[in-house]
Amino acid sequence: MFFRAVVFSAALAAFAAPALADARSQAKEQVEFGIKVAQSGLWKEAAYRWQKAVEIDPTYAAAWNNLAIAYEQQGNFEQADKAYQKAVQLDPNNQMIRQNYDLFKEINDRAKRRTDR
Amino acid sequence: MTARNAAPIASLAFGLAVLCGAAACTNFYEIPIETPIQPKMDVSPFSRVLVAGFIGGGTDDVDANLETVRLLRSQLRSKSNLRVIEADALSLTTLAVEQSKDAPARGSNGTSGGPKAPAAPGGAADGQLQPVAALAPNGSAQEPEAKIRNEKDLEKYQGIFANTAFWKKLGEEYQNPLIVTGTVLFTPTQNSGFVMTEKEVYDQFGRRRVVPVRTYMERKGFILRPKFIFIDGRTGATLYSETFNEQVLYNAQQNTPALSSYFELMDKLVPSFLNALSTQKVRGSRVLLK
Repeated sequence: MFFRAVVFSAALAAFAAPALADARSQAKEQVEFGIKVAQSGLWKEAAYRWQKAVEIDPTYAAAWNNLAIAYEQQGNFEQADKAYQKAVQLDPNNQMIRQNYDLFKEINDRAKRRTDR
Repeated sequence: MTARNAAPIASLAFGLAVLCGAAACTNFYEIPIETPIQPKMDVSPFSRVLVAGFIGGGTDDVDANLETVRLLRSQLRSKSNLRVIEADALSLTTLAVEQSKDAPARGSNGTSGGPKAPAAPGGAADGQLQPVAALAPNGSAQEPEAKIRNEKDLEKYQGIFANTAFWKKLGEEYQNPLIVTGTVLFTPTQNSGFVMTEKEVYDQFGRRRVVPVRTYMERKGFILRPKFIFIDGRTGATLYSETFNEQVLYNAQQNTPALSSYFELMDKLVPSFLNALSTQKVRGSRVLLK
């Protein structure tokens, strides 16, 4: 019984791993294209690409980080906050994501303080 | 693998790693972004703005009313989509004094009535009455009012901002613009105490270092406390108001003109003031990741 379970898990891992790797590589393509267009100032297209990337691979922290930046650039603070949180949650030790999030929070807090007045 | 061929392989691997890091394998990109901060008010019903005037006080060296009117108009001209109405700055202090005198005569409805029942533009409706704008242009104080030196002195004049009839009438004279008004208190200040300064020191090898030192200093400067009030020229109602507080201190020996300090402090506030009316963009950079 135990042996069967081990064999089944191994088989599942063997089939799932390439599928996950495939999702990551597809998402990576979208992320890379998004970076290119963002560098040309086409933030809407970039946001679309990074949205696709997180749909393909919801565990891809870099894609969530980039998507958050695109939302921030478009003034969509609520969604930017959610996307940054997701990126931090997926990769808590990534200092670059943390730094981006800290800079965003500074601006977001300032904007909130103003509207509260 | 011998020691002889291990060295070139290692250096090749190192070179590749450097090359990879520098070009193809870069997995982050710094990118400049401009984060838009939405305006605090909806100014879409207005196409024009009237910076009417301010109740100014504090030092005599700066005419806080005139300087604020000039500065805000020039900023609005270049950094907002609203057309700026050019008119004499009102002496609101004089008008407020008149209104407070008229108030008892008008009875309990003091704040709801206008200051002098001003006429429509051109005086067509009621020829013998003066329009608000002609009542007290700045510099023609009709009677000497008490000097405003602090917040407490300012309080006596605040009632004018609640007088919706007055602002509505003023709005009618200028075809219902957005009206900007408020109070500006610009006062000298002195502050002595310990401050952290940096001092150069050289060690025994002649190396220079900068170390923080606590020093007792006599300092003087100015405090700027403006309150900007945005009024709907169609109704006379206050749409939004915001108060700021900025301070600048200099070494007591330094002789900085009051007007320079005024502009130095206003420079800090102007972006926030403009953000009430228009979207402001905060420039920065973020890191995109692969």
